[in-house]
Amino acid sequence: MMWKWLHPYANPKTSYHFAGKILPWCTRLAVIFLTIGVTWALLFAPADYQQGDTFRIFYLHVPAAMLSMGIYLGMAIAALSSLVWQLKLADASAAAMAPIGAAFTFIALVTGAAWGKPMWGTWWIWDARLTSELILLFLYLGVIALHNAFEDKSLAGKAAGILALVGVINLPIIKYSVEWWNTLHQGATVSKLGQPSMSADMFWPFLVCFIGFACFVTALICLRFRTEVLNRNSMRPWVRELVANEGKTHAV
Amino acid sequence: MQFDSISAFLAMGGYGFYVWLSYGVSILVLALLVLSSLSNHKKTKQHIAQRQKREIKLRQAAELQKAQASADTRL
Repeated sequence: MMWKWLHPYANPKTSYHFAGKILPWCTRLAVIFLTIGVTWALLFAPADYQQGDTFRIFYLHVPAAMLSMGIYLGMAIAALSSLVWQLKLADASAAAMAPIGAAFTFIALVTGAAWGKPMWGTWWIWDARLTSELILLFLYLGVIALHNAFEDKSLAGKAAGILALVGVINLPIIKYSVEWWNTLHQGATVSKLGQPSMSADMFWPFLVCFIGFACFVTALICLRFRTEVLNRNSMRPWVRELVANEGKTHAV
Repeated sequence: MQFDSISAFLAMGGYGFYVWLSYGVSILVLALLVLSSLSNHKKTKQHIAQRQKREIKLRQAAELQKAQASADTRL
């Protein structure tokens, strides 16, 4: 049943146009939510009673860190379905996600360092949480490098997919590092089910920022996915037609 | 509103450097990501269009050559 429903989306042309339809809506939602969220975080959210105004870094740091892991999970699922069911589109989406995930991992590391310096007195410490997040960045860079290392895209997708799958082991390590090892990094603030250990006037701007970043990521994935699909199908008639038609409208 | 003045807002309770460093780097990285994604998409399309034009030219040249060759044999 599910396969019947999914079948049309395994068609590159259909999914190219589907991604093109979602893209403007996600962009609009991202602009709205991020504008509200960042204004709220910088101007209206209260300063933390211990950490003062550095707490405003939280509204970037935590969504970026959560998305860096979420995107990795999505990329690994895509890599798995590409390896198991040989879905070429899954390869394209995995290749689309890797640079976005790398950017968010980088942001999580930099904002973390800029938060650590005033609060812990150091930019960097080799503890479990920070090191495993740094490894996540290297995994992303490895996946990107492998996607670009081969002329044959399905071979590149296989190599990158295997690395992405092996790297999944890092995700629970990042998630539970603050519980398994002693670390300077504080424990989970948001994801405590039932009782978030933060007050509502901090939680809501966080949620708005998070939704904004999530929409932003979805829009970027759609855009990069479309590029990957074009690249992989450049000899297909529908791509040639599409490119030729757009050339005409630009010329006029 | 948590701040009384613009200078208080920029100072961020003494942590201005760290807060603005975080926001600045994040905006810069995301802007670069968006711009490179857009330019990649455009370049890919241009690349495909260029190859198509080249193919058409090659095909026309081949046809011209064929026509000339058949004209030569007739002579």
